Amino acid sequence: MIEEMDRDDRVFLMGEEVGHYQGAYKVSEGMLEKFGPKRVIDTPIAEAGFAGVGIGAAIVGLRPIIEFMTWNFSAVAFDQILNNAAKMRQMSGGQLECPIVFRGPNASARQVGSQHSHAMEHIYAHVPGLKVVAPAFPADAKGLLKAAVRDDNPVLVMESETLYGFKGDVPEGEHVVALGKAQIVRAGKDITIAAYARTTHVALEAAATLERAGVSAEVVDLRSLRPLDDNTLVASVERTHRLVVVHEGWPYGGVGAEIADRVQRLAFDALDGPILRVTTLDVPMPYSAKLELACMPQPDRVVATVLRALGREQS
Amino acid sequence: MSAEKRAPLTRAPAHPSVQAPARATQAPSPLGANPELEHLSKLYRQMLLIRRVEEESARGYAEGKIGGFLHLYIGQEAVGVGAIASLRPDDYVITTYRDHGIALAKGMSPRALLAELFGKVTGCSRGLGGSMHMFDKEHHMLGGYGIVGGHIPIAAGVAFASKYRGDGRVTLCFFGEGAVSIGGFHEGMGLAALWKLPIVFICENNEYAMGTPISRSMSVEDVSLKALGYGMDRDRFFADDVLEVERRIGEAVQRAREQGTPTLVEVRTYRFRGHSMSDPAKYRTQAELEEHKNRDPLARARRRLVESGLGEPGDPRLDDLEKSVEAEVADAVKFAHESPEPGLDVLEQSTYSGPFAY
Ligand SMILES: Cc1ncc(C[n+]2csc(CCOP(=O)(O)OP(=O)(O)O)c2C)c(N)n1
Repeated sequence: MIEEMDRDDRVFLMGEEVGHYQGAYKVSEGMLEKFGPKRVIDTPIAEAGFAGVGIGAAIVGLRPIIEFMTWNFSAVAFDQILNNAAKMRQMSGGQLECPIVFRGPNASARQVGSQHSHAMEHIYAHVPGLKVVAPAFPADAKGLLKAAVRDDNPVLVMESETLYGFKGDVPEGEHVVALGKAQIVRAGKDITIAAYARTTHVALEAAATLERAGVSAEVVDLRSLRPLDDNTLVASVERTHRLVVVHEGWPYGGVGAEIADRVQRLAFDALDGPILRVTTLDVPMPYSAKLELACMPQPDRVVATVLRALGREQS
Repeated sequence: MSAEKRAPLTRAPAHPSVQAPARATQAPSPLGANPELEHLSKLYRQMLLIRRVEEESARGYAEGKIGGFLHLYIGQEAVGVGAIASLRPDDYVITTYRDHGIALAKGMSPRALLAELFGKVTGCSRGLGGSMHMFDKEHHMLGGYGIVGGHIPIAAGVAFASKYRGDGRVTLCFFGEGAVSIGGFHEGMGLAALWKLPIVFICENNEYAMGTPISRSMSVEDVSLKALGYGMDRDRFFADDVLEVERRIGEAVQRAREQGTPTLVEVRTYRFRGHSMSDPAKYRTQAELEEHKNRDPLARARRRLVESGLGEPGDPRLDDLEKSVEAEVADAVKFAHESPEPGLDVLEQSTYSGPFAY
């Protein structure tokens, strides 16, 4: 964010506790000091209001980054994102652009209960006019954010609170990751596991376990959910002939269902079995630590599902 | 408001299973001869119970027995206790995620509360809700809610139902001053005023919304002024004295009950801990905190009791009361600790009424 704000003075950051408090999760640490209160703007608790302010500023030429303390609270601003950000270009017949970034932590965050554990990407990826990305690695978090800021459409960046502590190499300076490009983070030949954000790490852990069981799993980190890189997915499935999709959020509809539809249409002949999904269980997230773990996609559930997809059910 | 209208403060706990031994739940009645002092001692006992339960919650969090977010009510006890003391037992209460003190004041047992925090099936919400979602239907405690402002229209809906049914009940809706900026507050207030609903909106203004002081979140510092635009009655005062809170909220409750009109009350208070357990509260000075601690309504109520003769040497009454709180809290911690966790089977049952829809 700092590099993009240095590069372009139309970019500003707005949200709850982003300034004086240095970010609820310390993401914007030091930014108020560097850029001052004109460009790092603390808001009251008024998501619908400041999302709308961001959209208004964007359609007349600024490039706001709007932070939701968590994506759960974007539900209060859903109308602004759905009815205004996503529709601006079309309803103005292409006259107005809405170059805005909405970002913040998304999905589960350990025992914060049903109202604070939503995987909102499924809901937003449903909406034409929006782009949705969900990085799993620090380098992609930087590269995708840069691409998002420079994109002329509304882009929603779904970060993971549980990955804020995850460390990894981040290229210095100009590192832009194009929106809409998946990456293969582990090569394999028996099955493809598609995942994103936190679940990429779940998939990698499962793949390591599977290797010990003699199964070679390829892990595709989607990075971008809309646009969705079905070329990379289809190419992988054409090599492995099987697919399991792993994500947080409920099974009904959603990104996994979308992938299942596309891959069976685009790679029907390559598939040797049904596409299976590993998702959060189809219930609101419980508080109890034990039940929360049982609801969320875990490596062991991925391993079991992969074995089932391969017809090697564990007995 | 007259003493007769005050609601009895000791209420039955939620489920038989969470009922503590009789010895522990019965408040001693040391001052039978002096009703006013007896009343204050009951309110003091409730405030002390809340303070001690919250301290145990903080300990449970530090020990890793409680997860997620934990927002403590320490420092604000006089608001919930005083306000709820002005209610009838069948009146409704609804609040935010800072809900432990309100739930206890409304009659939830410390057992049900601590078991919930510990994620146990004996908790008020069977371990599914956690700190932010304290529900106790039997005591008309309609929950703690996690999305700022989201419960304010719901509170108006509860009051709507009372008016619809003509049941004579009043709803108290608590929220922080941070909620005053969000749409739900304005829409809930507007509808309650338009339809003349029997509700009291209580803004617990503790000066900070997380790290944001009121000076940076509101263009006008007086929250109660928001009532004017809706043609609603308003009030505004400090919560230093629990009896004063009871009296002032009582006036609004009486108005709601007798005339069916809403009131917005801003109660100035202060939280002694951070916003939640993960907040070191670096945005305020130690001196500011100390100044507020010197006005601690709990200590003030205790002083009043002592000055009225309860603390005389050789007089065991105050001591007995405080020991009974300790015993009740210790019992609740033990109960929470020993209770079983919920099984996976509760998930489906608690998602839909009737068969699971898939
Ligand atoms: C809609 C929404 N936005 C943001 C949050 C995150 N959040 C939780 S509590 C809080 C501060 C609320 O402060 P206040 O209303 O004053 O109540 P207090 O915590 O002081 O009791 C914020 C920003 C939320 N829960 N809901």
